[in-house]
Amino acid sequence: MALDQLYQEVLLDHYRQPRNRGELADADVRLELKNPFCGDEILLTLKMADGRVQKAAFEGHGCVISQASASVMTEKIKGLRVEEIEKIADQFTRLVKEGRYERPEEEEFDEIEAFAGVCEFPTRVKCAMLAWRTLLQGLQAHEHDHPHDDH
Amino acid sequence: MLDVRKIRSDFPLLVRPENRDLVYIDSAATTHRPRQVLEAMEDFYRRDNANPHRGAYRLAERATAAYEAARARVAAFIGAGRSEEIIFTRNATEAVNLVAWGWAERAVQEGDEIIVTELEHHSNLVPWQMVAQRCGARLRFLEIDEAGRLSSDQLDDLLTPRTRLLAITQTSNALGTIVPLGRFIDKAHAAGALVLVDGAQSVPHMAVDVQALDTDFLAFSGHKMLGPLGIGVLYGKMAHLEKMNPFLFGGDMISSVDYMHSEWNDVPWKFEAGTQNVAGAVGLAAAIDYLEEIGMTAIAEHDHALTQLALEKLASLEGIILYGPRTERGPALSFNLASIHPHDLATFLDQQQIAIRSGHHCAQVVMHKLQVPATARASFYLYNSEQDVERLVNGLLQAKDYFEKWL
Repeated sequence: MALDQLYQEVLLDHYRQPRNRGELADADVRLELKNPFCGDEILLTLKMADGRVQKAAFEGHGCVISQASASVMTEKIKGLRVEEIEKIADQFTRLVKEGRYERPEEEEFDEIEAFAGVCEFPTRVKCAMLAWRTLLQGLQAHEHDHPHDDH
Repeated sequence: MLDVRKIRSDFPLLVRPENRDLVYIDSAATTHRPRQVLEAMEDFYRRDNANPHRGAYRLAERATAAYEAARARVAAFIGAGRSEEIIFTRNATEAVNLVAWGWAERAVQEGDEIIVTELEHHSNLVPWQMVAQRCGARLRFLEIDEAGRLSSDQLDDLLTPRTRLLAITQTSNALGTIVPLGRFIDKAHAAGALVLVDGAQSVPHMAVDVQALDTDFLAFSGHKMLGPLGIGVLYGKMAHLEKMNPFLFGGDMISSVDYMHSEWNDVPWKFEAGTQNVAGAVGLAAAIDYLEEIGMTAIAEHDHALTQLALEKLASLEGIILYGPRTERGPALSFNLASIHPHDLATFLDQQQIAIRSGHHCAQVVMHKLQVPATARASFYLYNSEQDVERLVNGLLQAKDYFEKWL
């Protein structure tokens, strides 16, 4: 059933027990975004160090897809550089819009792949993308303000 | 109850084989169109198409006649005294904006006040926020109670000699509340204020008579009442319309133009710049014919019966939260089920061919007041049956089963 493809166990687990929920007090990046279509909200805070995301946390409310996406994302980006994150964001976007994903060779299963079912539900792509859009905008603003931190 | 089987047979979309099991309960967003509407529009294009108000040939006269006949049809439907009090717009939103520019720019001064309500759709709130900013006016809010009702007593406290306008909905799109407008309008008038009624959710579902209401303005959309997309209506009392400025300028809305200066055409044409959506107006007139043939009272009774049945059935579900009043309500019904997010609920129901709305319904003030980010909404119309209510209830029960194991 297509629904089970959408609501995969990984998503449900992250929805039920979100990782990195909260707000970092000493955040270097802080951005709040809303999905105007449905009223979902996310507040994303990041702690940066040496051009990498050291810690990430999110607050907000929304559906299973948007909350699980935020939870998986905050796990995934920890310790990564901005360019690496942008690459994953691209892969994620392609996955939820077109259902295509190139799994990195060193990985067996990437939790991101649990979002493969979203592409069958075009109205839910925005839900899956909310956290990632927030992240990219937050990182861009950070780069703009701190152009040398990362290089 | 109406003969739904017969009514549905008039709707080409609903009788398509792939839609045989479709439960369309999102008519508060937009309705479907009966073939009578589609045929009227097609006939116009096939038979009478030309640019109205222009051209000295007979075909252009037929286009003009079709357009002005549609205007007269709308005027009769809402009890306007004169056809010229009907202005065609794209939708209710544009109708409200026309008043916000054409009337408020001239009538609202710094320090004046505009009263809106917490029930308003964004289309009858945001234009007034902008007027308040542009003109230095103050926006004041009539509040809703826990059931989503407005009190005309509270209006007494808000009305002052500086109140210029009360902008108020007749039926809430988010909560279904029907506002007993008479008292509100009388009080506003007694204080010297004008009244604009958002009829987008009421005009499709009940008989509305602008003269009986004594409203100064009424805005509504064709596509929520079986008419085509892209046609809406502003009714205004002639005395106001004559004083108002146009807010779109160009062809057809002028009486004379020289190099530096122009004179406006008469009401209503001065508000209808450029070539108009004649086929849309013709389609709206056909929709009105269709509705009146069934009868607005019969439609209101049908909607009411379905809504009451839905309220009763939904109330029996464990974990349901119903928003809005139980009585004196229209057929838009907002709810939440257990801890299932309305988006997840809508996706689940869609798998069962049940189309509901989820989100904030362009009424974020209402959502803020209810302290919920979003709701699910079912809204009924003349082509819905008791069976549709049953399907909804069954769908919700199954959604609970599906999501409950892990939410």
